[in-house]
Amino acid sequence: MTAVPKHIDNPAVLYMNGVSVSFDGFKALNSLSMVIEPGEMRAIIGPNGAGKTTMMDVITGKTRPDSGDIIFTDAAKNTFDLTKFDEAAVANLGVGRKFQKPSVIESLTVFENLEMSLQGGRGIWQALIHKLSADQSSKLDEILSMIDLQDKRGWMAGSLSHGQKQWLEIGMLLGQEPELLLIDEPAAGMTDEETMKTAELFKRLAKKHSLMVVEHDMDFIAALDCKVTVLHEGHVLAEGSLDSVKANPQVIEVYLGR
Amino acid sequence: MTIQDNRGPLTRLLMSDSGGRKLILLMLVLAVIIPFCNLVFAEGSFFHISTYTMTLLGKYLCYALLAIAVDLIWGYCGILSLGHGAFFALGGYAMGMYLMRQIGDRGVYGNAELPDFMVFLNWQELPWYWYGFDSFAFAMLMVLLAPGILAFVFGFLAFRSRVTGVYLSIITQAMTYALLLAFFRNDMGFGGNNGLTDFKDILGFSLQSDSTRAVLFIASVLALIGGYLISRFIVTSKLGRVLVAIRDAESRARFLGYRVEYYKLFVFVVSSMLAGVAGALYVPQVGIINPGEFAPINSIEIIIWVAVGGRNTLYGAVIGAVLVNYAKTVFTGAFAELWLFLLGGLFVLTTLWLPKGMVGLWDLIREKYRHRQNTAAPLAQGDQT
Repeated sequence: MTAVPKHIDNPAVLYMNGVSVSFDGFKALNSLSMVIEPGEMRAIIGPNGAGKTTMMDVITGKTRPDSGDIIFTDAAKNTFDLTKFDEAAVANLGVGRKFQKPSVIESLTVFENLEMSLQGGRGIWQALIHKLSADQSSKLDEILSMIDLQDKRGWMAGSLSHGQKQWLEIGMLLGQEPELLLIDEPAAGMTDEETMKTAELFKRLAKKHSLMVVEHDMDFIAALDCKVTVLHEGHVLAEGSLDSVKANPQVIEVYLGR
Repeated sequence: MTIQDNRGPLTRLLMSDSGGRKLILLMLVLAVIIPFCNLVFAEGSFFHISTYTMTLLGKYLCYALLAIAVDLIWGYCGILSLGHGAFFALGGYAMGMYLMRQIGDRGVYGNAELPDFMVFLNWQELPWYWYGFDSFAFAMLMVLLAPGILAFVFGFLAFRSRVTGVYLSIITQAMTYALLLAFFRNDMGFGGNNGLTDFKDILGFSLQSDSTRAVLFIASVLALIGGYLISRFIVTSKLGRVLVAIRDAESRARFLGYRVEYYKLFVFVVSSMLAGVAGALYVPQVGIINPGEFAPINSIEIIIWVAVGGRNTLYGAVIGAVLVNYAKTVFTGAFAELWLFLLGGLFVLTTLWLPKGMVGLWDLIREKYRHRQNTAAPLAQGDQT
């Protein structure tokens, strides 16, 4: 049910095949396979322990999978095996990640947080002599207005409300200009109004980026109006539109029914 | 509020740093007045400052530079090094080796080739690692390189393996302890237990003369100011903000694409070199360097100076180092056995009630005063959440 047209010659932005991870014998991911198309938005649901966070960990280089392939294709159509890279390298290839718990740098201002996220200049020397260019400055203004924090740009990130921190972190993802955004429970701790605004923002982003959103809030997922993947015990249980997934008896059994 | 560009470098460094401006001004004044009062006014004059006092102050300034080095990594990057005394001592040994070579044949044994302790140990020739220390320039290079290389190797291994928090603190402590044991050994060739002492000259000038002492004092002031400005340059740059990000949310920094281990390594090496310079200036002023400088307790004391002064401000570290060491001078003179209890108590009090140290206390007092001045005015600064 994705609104994005599929091109045959367009390689998937993320291609996962048979990815397994086990911790002390416990299979956190069990031959997980999934494909995310360019410009696609995908919602991931599943009960606790289904492997959602582990999946994000293996994609972003935090955890090495025991087996399986994770192939990422960037904007220039170069492909990379993400299992070979660490967190910083994966981030620089164009994969952004938002944590479940808002993770912003509390003792820096909103502006400084965003400035740090801007693409490029990750080297020590570049950071030492960094000066904000006019382009970057206007890019920051654009992000600030997109996440609705223009009037709080000088605030310490630590003094923002929970929902605003979530938005700031989303803004930091935008600054990275990643191909693929992995977003863990963005609506947690948001008011209903903020949740709907976030859904709107994501739908706008999906035109330029690919998004993978892990969420528990069914209203939020309904608002995203995208393909849904249900994870269970480390593999894909069902995939399809929200309605078809909801009607799937297995899904009802392990997740929705309880 | 966000334009930091298009200003002179010094303006950028000190623009919003009134503490730093005052510190540098005070240091420059001291650099003029103290040597002046020491050299121009005769002993007995009201304005005379004794060489003892000047040297003592110079020693405090070396400690202050060491404290800045620790604040740079601890206050800004969250690296709690309990082994920074080792870098200080290595810088000190590099200077000490040069000073030993300056003695020439004026040692007790009158041997122009070997320092006294080597003659005493019946060594026939100078060990290879003493080569080059006849040259002041080479020795100064070693003042930076010896701590720098140790910090690089140690940091590379520790940060790459993602050793953080208390584990890192423990291995830094182990590092300085291992060096303590190594330098105690006579066959290491660094004077063993007694260390290096009986220095005569530096660059041909007698270390006993007041004017040499005055120059060393001025050099300490300049090194402190230089170290402050270098640290300030780092923390006000984007690199400084990355360091804060690493301190507050290390994994966020990683997922933003920053190589956390390289950033830590960079600041750790810079900090170790600042500590080395502090050690190098310390040795000619106190006249000795021995393995005791590697003692773990020394490194812990540095942490107390920074905590008491107030970390994360740089000038707070200077205040803490000078105040605590002044107290140490006074108390170890009056009731020596109580000093360690006082020091421990001070640390506990600071941790419990003054998390921001003296700097935080001062801010609190000023806030109170200001608040009392405009009690009538409503508190509407717009920064409450």
